[in-house]
Amino acid sequence: MKTTIKIFAFILLAGLASAFTYKTTVAAGYKVGDIATDFSLKNIDNKKVSLKDFKNAKGYIVIFTCNHCPYAQAYEDRIVALDKKYKKMGYPVIAINPNNPEKQKDDSFELMKVKAKEKGFTFPYLLDEGQKIYPQYGATKTPHVYILQKTSNGNVVKYIGAIDDNYSDEKAIKTKYAENALDALLKNKEVSVKETKAIGCSIKA
Amino acid sequence: MKRIITLLSMLLIISCKEEEPKPLQIYKAEEVSIKSYDFSGLDYLLKKENDTTYVVNFWATWCVPCVEELPNFEKLNAAYKDKKVKVVLVSIDFPKMVESKLLPFVKKHNLKSEVVHLNDPDANSWINKVDSSWSGAIPATVIYRKDKRNFYEKSFTFEELEKEVNKIL
Repeated sequence: MKTTIKIFAFILLAGLASAFTYKTTVAAGYKVGDIATDFSLKNIDNKKVSLKDFKNAKGYIVIFTCNHCPYAQAYEDRIVALDKKYKKMGYPVIAINPNNPEKQKDDSFELMKVKAKEKGFTFPYLLDEGQKIYPQYGATKTPHVYILQKTSNGNVVKYIGAIDDNYSDEKAIKTKYAENALDALLKNKEVSVKETKAIGCSIKA
Repeated sequence: MKRIITLLSMLLIISCKEEEPKPLQIYKAEEVSIKSYDFSGLDYLLKKENDTTYVVNFWATWCVPCVEELPNFEKLNAAYKDKKVKVVLVSIDFPKMVESKLLPFVKKHNLKSEVVHLNDPDANSWINKVDSSWSGAIPATVIYRKDKRNFYEKSFTFEELEKEVNKIL
């Protein structure tokens, strides 16, 4: 009887101890330098797309984005421009909608097709069905960019964060974070600004 | 010479006094008036040294979970007024949508908490100044009184909000 109580008390204590998480918890998801997972997600043409399908790519511009978020919308043309510029240099854009259409009906698969057609998307626009991919990457909002470089060890995360420093006025942009990172990678140089933060819409799980 | 000294000392006195920052713009529509600040102006609201508990919520009219939790903040603001709790709702609506979306929204919902607007597109330069753990997603809330401060990147029910405010009160 006494041992049972002791075991019970121990379990209770252990449980209580783990209940108090530290304020500065390590954020889930990738850090720069991590190897990013590949995936097999449905594109708007109903075909499945994976990073490994792009045999000639030197890397990828993975962008978590969606239909409804005004921040994502503000960047749509710039995302198309990124693809147009860097796809031919080996870095295609791969857009992924991380939202749950049941929680946010404007981010439905059907509306993804409409969006891609309206804005002339030149890249895959995939649905993170089951929402298993975005948590691995650690995306917290839309838009959220992960630039990956293909290496013999896998696709290494080289940049995480915002596309540039001005969502509202393209002419007032001072720093093009994503382009700077890509230009550095293409020259085999170190990316100087590896991580930035941006305001965006939280992901609807 | 005397005049110069007087003028200079006047300027010195004026600049030494803790002043309210100048908004970039003040948007008005009937009874609704919203001051719009860049981050250096807004920062003043995050560093007050008086005895009030400030609940500063970052939101936008297009952010569904933000709009859903607003009634909880309004309820708190009303219920805790005599306990020196002040809710400040910081909208990060796009500047070009303030007149078309924010002002009508505030009027329609009859928001009683103080609503201010933040206009500072280089978010990377100030997100960490609000809190280093903030990813930039909204809704997000800071609850503070003098040096006691907590930051939350989440939505709140009324009970949760009340509980967190009581930790600082």
